[in-house]
Amino acid sequence: MITTSRPVIPLANPDTQAFWDGCLREELLLQRCSVCGAYRHPPSPICPKCLSDKFAWERASGYGTVYTFVIVRRALARGWEGMVPYVAAVVELDEGVKFLTDIVNVAPEAVTIGMRVEVTFAELDGTTKLPLFQPRSAEAQR
Amino acid sequence: MSSLSGKYAIVGVGESDVGRKLGRSAMALSLEAATRAIADSGLEKNAVDALLTRPPRSEPQTNYSAVLAAQLGLQPSYINDVGLGGASSVSMVLNAVAALEAGLCTTVLCVNGDAQTSRGATQRGRLTNWIEDFERPFGFIGAPVTYAMPARRHMYEYGTTSEQFGAIAVACRRHASLNPNAAMREPITLADHQASEMVTEPFHLLDCCPFTDGAGAVIITSAERAHDLRRPPVYILGIGQHNTHADVQYSPSMTTPAMRGASQKAYAMAKLGPKDIDVAELYDCFTYVVLVTLEDYGFCKKGEGGAFVENGRIELGGELPVNTGGGLLSQVHSSGFFHITEAATQMRGAGGARQVAGAETAIVSGQCGATGINACLILGNHAK
Repeated sequence: MITTSRPVIPLANPDTQAFWDGCLREELLLQRCSVCGAYRHPPSPICPKCLSDKFAWERASGYGTVYTFVIVRRALARGWEGMVPYVAAVVELDEGVKFLTDIVNVAPEAVTIGMRVEVTFAELDGTTKLPLFQPRSAEAQR
Repeated sequence: MSSLSGKYAIVGVGESDVGRKLGRSAMALSLEAATRAIADSGLEKNAVDALLTRPPRSEPQTNYSAVLAAQLGLQPSYINDVGLGGASSVSMVLNAVAALEAGLCTTVLCVNGDAQTSRGATQRGRLTNWIEDFERPFGFIGAPVTYAMPARRHMYEYGTTSEQFGAIAVACRRHASLNPNAAMREPITLADHQASEMVTEPFHLLDCCPFTDGAGAVIITSAERAHDLRRPPVYILGIGQHNTHADVQYSPSMTTPAMRGASQKAYAMAKLGPKDIDVAELYDCFTYVVLVTLEDYGFCKKGEGGAFVENGRIELGGELPVNTGGGLLSQVHSSGFFHITEAATQMRGAGGARQVAGAETAIVSGQCGATGINACLILGNHAK
């Protein structure tokens, strides 16, 4: 388990509670429309494709591909000084949705677009776990 | 919509003084720009019967249009706060045209200012915001991060280089050096750009616009009425707005954003195309944004923006001078309002050392949402 300290902490609301509860159990959950089957993220009360409010939470595979990324070398806000450099990234999950996250457990210079990654959860302030991504282990890729 | 082309005109232009750490409030700067625009137009103050603005980030408040109207001693028929970040400025012009066409008012004051370096940024604690809960905790802590995402994707898809981004920074600074009302006037070279601090890789410091203070304003009325006023009218030939997403990070295509839809609407209204444009004032919070706007406004093919900006093509004397006042990168931020005042100045032929000789048409881009929201304006000094 990695831990992390950040000056901002997500606060669940009725639309997002299940997502953050899933993170505490180290499960990456995605909403899936019960009518048209589309996955969506971030959580939303209705499906942007068919407007249905019927959905189920599904556990995602936790695998994805780096779509783009930025190596943040300067702390752009107070409280981030201890974090830099870090890799902020857009990961395209295997379920087809984009997910904003960090790429961890790898040298920033080694990250590439197209890199296969897997979710890992980081303890944040004892009440929240953040879904971050790391290079997919060699074992998992076999 | 083409019946609107040339029906309304900018008749007054005002810019506040600009700079860093001016120590003045955003409201003071906005009122300075507004009063200068009114004076420039030659209109009586009370002829202004509509006001559009954007609440400054440095002084957030509700009903800001009513606040500014009260400060100016106006009781307008129509007011509104246009809250679209960097797209607000051009969108104000669009909303002004819509309100005039609907008969809600006759004379609209649009004003937009901020004092980014004269007030401390607020720091958030726990979030409860649909987007921010899924961005800031992951270190997406500002525009230099979110705009660098599509920039890197563009480099990956099309082979665009950091040096090509740098050519945009160099052009803007050169133009600012010729503009007495610009915050950053010391010329820079491509080597300076490459040597500048890596902030949010792939962005160097000189890919990012600095925080600055300043406000701009224009007054818009019917072309018919404009003919009786003291300044030559600057006609609104085309205008269009489009958005593809609130946040480019979730967009299916990160590198073909909202610019294309907005410009197509503006070109159609104006019955003009990219080849007819003499000057371009393109929103440039980051160098990359200019590059992708040039592509999606049709000045070059998709993916060829990098090659287009090289070899001085976008500098004064080049094929398409871009950001002749210096842009956000070198003149002032002000959410892009100075792109409008600069375009109007160019159409009046009043650009002094930075005037594009014989310029008859100008295109202006305003955008936000990390390229997901765009408003496009085409101005001309003939009604056609």
